[in-house]
Amino acid sequence: MSDAAAVQSPWQTVRIVRIEKRTPRATSFFFQPSRPFAYRAGQHVDVRLTAPDGYQARRSYSIASAPETNDVIELAIEKLDDGEVSPFFHEVAAIGDEIELRGPLGGHFVWPEDENGPLVLVGGGSGVVPLMSMVRHRAAQNSSVPVVLVFSARVWDEVIFRDELITLDDRQHGFDLVLTLTREAARRPADYSRRVDVAMMAQAMARLPEPPGLAFVCGSNAFVSAAAQALIDAGVAAQNIRTERYGV
Amino acid sequence: MVTRGFSSGRRPPTDGDARIPPGQYLEQGFPVLSAGPTPRVRIEDWSFTLKHGPRPIKTWNWAEFNALPLTKMTRDIHCVTAWTKFDTPWQGVLVDDILADAGLEPPTGFTLAHAFDGYTTNVPVKDLTAGKAMVALLYEGKPITPDHGGPARLLVPHLYFWKSAKWLNGLQFTTHDEPGFWELRGYHIYGDPWREQRYKDDP
Repeated sequence: MSDAAAVQSPWQTVRIVRIEKRTPRATSFFFQPSRPFAYRAGQHVDVRLTAPDGYQARRSYSIASAPETNDVIELAIEKLDDGEVSPFFHEVAAIGDEIELRGPLGGHFVWPEDENGPLVLVGGGSGVVPLMSMVRHRAAQNSSVPVVLVFSARVWDEVIFRDELITLDDRQHGFDLVLTLTREAARRPADYSRRVDVAMMAQAMARLPEPPGLAFVCGSNAFVSAAAQALIDAGVAAQNIRTERYGV
Repeated sequence: MVTRGFSSGRRPPTDGDARIPPGQYLEQGFPVLSAGPTPRVRIEDWSFTLKHGPRPIKTWNWAEFNALPLTKMTRDIHCVTAWTKFDTPWQGVLVDDILADAGLEPPTGFTLAHAFDGYTTNVPVKDLTAGKAMVALLYEGKPITPDHGGPARLLVPHLYFWKSAKWLNGLQFTTHDEPGFWELRGYHIYGDPWREQRYKDDP
């Protein structure tokens, strides 16, 4: 092997091995990496598509799967009608297709190495994806770190990973799920039907045995701004809140 | 590797391909990205400090800083998350003018920019001087909103935008090129969008 070949491209080819519709607008794509892919819960990848004329489009997507199942990487991709990458996945991509992927990326919005106190996770819409990786990681590790996930969706049918989250919640092993629907009535007794606010955050944190060490908030910029402020108003120090914003 | 079924037909319309660095797309909006909650920095609490290592050289309060010469700078900006925005209009104080007011020649070749939320990012001196960078105070003629880094943010438009630290409160000359917040978390030490220096293993 020449020296040049020893310098590995950061991009690798991955094959779609499974596609699962999660909600009307979000679909999970499962990719088999071509070389080992170790990551931490909460990290993301860059995906690159190449047109015949050489044009390339790249986007970042959070990983939904747990690090323990890294033989297949799950990305849950929400369709954006005016996008150029997400419509490709929703309308064109099929099992067996290959795309290019780079990662894992991001070293801040990740499950902490030293589990120092309970965690609050707050997700809006598809912002739940990196938090799902954390929740699955916790379950796979049989971790005893108390975690509460506040998940805001517009309606019941847009709650991504709903059945899996409710199953984990029902185990009562220190994971609590709080759903809030902004355009429908709550379906479960302790859930909400309004936008996230300080009272909701205080009540969610009251489910933890002690105040959280860290909070992770992911979603649109408007959602993250509101949720982070609600956490601050509920007593979480700003430096203990980590955010990931879609940008818009 | 050509992706089956993907064409450039969905590409957002653009009138200036030569202005879009590799791997970027043109964005009309102004997305907001940051690693934590948006700090609300009051003008009366604001200050900016120039440091050499641990030693403060000079500190300006808001009124003093606003009395420095204001310069307009309209530039394309490039975020590592792949959006590029054309012709963003800023006004602020050139780093050259800050150094002149402090009577300081750059004592080292490197700086760390510091922000109110604890964020840091490293920028070589040669990328800040000779009119290349400013501490921006206005965007589109108005005070910069907190989401976009107000009251004051660094503007180094020729590097990926994580280098343009929001909520800026200081610039520190360092002996060596010391990685900042994102540079310690997998991002490139320099961040030239035209060489696609996004992550640490990029050339």
